[in-house]
Amino acid sequence: MPVPATNSKLIYEALKECDIRLVSALPETWLVHLIRLADDDPEMILVRLAKEEEAVGISAGAHFAGVKSAMLMQNHGFLAAINGIVSFAHLYKIPLLMLISYRGSLGERDPWQTQGGNVTEPLLHALRIPYFFLDALDTVRKRIRQGQTLAESSLQPVALLLTRDLMWEE
Amino acid sequence: MLRLECLRSVYSQLENCLVVTIMGAVAAELHSLGHRSNFFYLQHAMGLASSTGLGLALCLPEQRVVVFDGDGSLLMNLGSLSTMARYRPRKLVHVVFDNESLLSVGGFPTATSTGTDLDGIARAAGIPRVTTVRSVESFEVAMTDALQGNELTTIIAKVEAKGPAAYVTDLSLLENRFQFRRHIQSLKAR
Repeated sequence: MPVPATNSKLIYEALKECDIRLVSALPETWLVHLIRLADDDPEMILVRLAKEEEAVGISAGAHFAGVKSAMLMQNHGFLAAINGIVSFAHLYKIPLLMLISYRGSLGERDPWQTQGGNVTEPLLHALRIPYFFLDALDTVRKRIRQGQTLAESSLQPVALLLTRDLMWEE
Repeated sequence: MLRLECLRSVYSQLENCLVVTIMGAVAAELHSLGHRSNFFYLQHAMGLASSTGLGLALCLPEQRVVVFDGDGSLLMNLGSLSTMARYRPRKLVHVVFDNESLLSVGGFPTATSTGTDLDGIARAAGIPRVTTVRSVESFEVAMTDALQGNELTTIIAKVEAKGPAAYVTDLSLLENRFQFRRHIQSLKAR
C-alpha cells in the first residue's frame, strides 16, 4: 500500500508527545497506519466510530474528564460532523484537535473524492475553524503540538489537514 | 407515565453520577428538580448526549455515568448504540425517554409512534442489558438495578408526550459546561 508507514508513525508520536490519550477514528485509506498504531498502543483509548459526528460528543466527554483527545477522519467525515462541531464544540467552547485527510485535492485519482476536496477549505473558513497543513516531515511535530496548544487555549476546534504530499507515495 | 415523575423517582440516586441530558423537556425537567454541578445539559447537537456519555465513561471507567436520551435524539444517531455496544463501558447507564414525539418542536410524531422498536434496535446493536419500562415504579427498579450493576444498560422508558411550560432555564450554557468540568476535576483530585 502506498501509504508510507514512517510518516504515520511520526504523526502518531507527535500526538503522544501532546499527551493525547484518546483517538476516535473512522477508517480511510490514508489513515490505516495511524489507526493501527492507536489500536496497538495499550496507553491509547481508540474509539472506532459509526459516523464522525459521534467523535464530537466523545471528545467533549473526554475534555470534561480531563483527557486530551484527537479525531482522525477524512474530509467527507468532517462534512458529516459539522452540526456537532457548530452546535456542541462551538456553542460550548470545546477544544477539538481534528486531523483531516484532505482528499480530492491536487493529484486525486478517485473521482468520488473530488467534490469534498472542493469545499473543505471554504467550509473551514466559513466555520472560522483555524486550519493548518501537515505537508512536510520536518514540520509535522511542531504543527501538531502548536495545533493542540491552540485548541486548548482557545477552547475551540482546530483542523490539521493531512495532505497527499505527506500521506501518499505514488 | 410522566418523565418528570421518573426523574423525581431517581433524583436522589444521581448524586454520585455524572449526568448528561439531551435538550428540551428532559433538560428543563431535571433542572426543575434542582440543578447540581454533576449535571450537564446538552442544549443542542441532537444525538450526541449518548456519545458524550460514552466519552466520559471510557475516560473515567470507575465513574458512574447516566445519559438521559430521547427517542428523537437517539433516532438521529442510531450508530451511537453500535459504538456504545462495541466498547460497553460497565458503568454507563443509557436512559431513553420515548414519548414517540418531537415534543419540544411541536409534537411531531417520531418513527417510534409507527412501530420502530428502540428496545429491539438496542439489543440487536449489542447493548448487553436492555429493558423497557412503562410505570414509574418499574422505572425506579430498573434504574436502581442498572446503577448498582456492572454492565452497560439501556432503559427505554415509555412516557407521555407532556413537558414543561418553558424550556429555557436561568443556567447559561457555558456556566453549566465549566461547572461540570470543574466538578469532575475536583472528583479526580480527591
